[in-house]
Amino acid sequence: MERIPILRMGEFLLVTIQVDMHDKLALSLQDDLTSEIQRREAKGVLIDISALEMVDSFIGRMISNISSMARILDARTVVVGMRPAVAITLVELGLSLTGVDTALDVERGMRLLRSHLGSGDAADDDHDV
Amino acid sequence: MTITTSELALRQEQDIVLARQQVRTLTQQLGFGIVDQTKMVTAASELARNALIYGGGGVMRWEVLLDGLRKGLRLHFIDEGPGIPDLGLAMTDGWTSGSGMGLGLSGAKRLVNEFEIDTAAGRGTRVTITRWK
Repeated sequence: MERIPILRMGEFLLVTIQVDMHDKLALSLQDDLTSEIQRREAKGVLIDISALEMVDSFIGRMISNISSMARILDARTVVVGMRPAVAITLVELGLSLTGVDTALDVERGMRLLRSHLGSGDAADDDHDV
Repeated sequence: MTITTSELALRQEQDIVLARQQVRTLTQQLGFGIVDQTKMVTAASELARNALIYGGGGVMRWEVLLDGLRKGLRLHFIDEGPGIPDLGLAMTDGWTSGSGMGLGLSGAKRLVNEFEIDTAAGRGTRVTITRWK
């Protein structure tokens, strides 16, 4: 069955959505991510949607759900790379994705996740951004 | 004046994706800007899903319009499902009879220039949207 790959980078999970998702695929991503957060004890999830040409209310809801579920599982979610036309359309549609953290690109998103982590105990990884 | 017209069946989930791709191609051919393309594709996605989930399937029919120098795209979403008994309620933001967010109809309306809906209990639903370049 078709699946969106979830990559692990240290304490974070990275998802890059490259395809125009049908609804079941979006739902299976939501399920897969929550189980991976638990299995990998992930502290953060980064979702790159820069390849998405549209986000409708279904995909928008999936993004909100992932963010809420992750938070309950003690992980932060950052959505990166939303295209401006997608952002304009989402707001007019009536979805403002309240409570979802966003960043302009992957690099800024990773920095945001690390800063969340760093505000707990001192992060000792030696990655430089 | 209608220049071309054709249709696509909405029978399964994958057809929502096909409807989006079809509308993307049409809006690109018409020379819509990227924001207008995205709005029309998103509205089509919402209405195609409604026709499938609430209407039990249907069709998306499209017309490329020419009105003087003005070009536009009109989409019809037609199903023969149970219809909408209370249209006022169905057009309200946040109200849903199913598991959605209740933004399909009201949200799609905000994304287009013209919006028409013809429905009644037991008579199916026909939603028509138009966006001009």
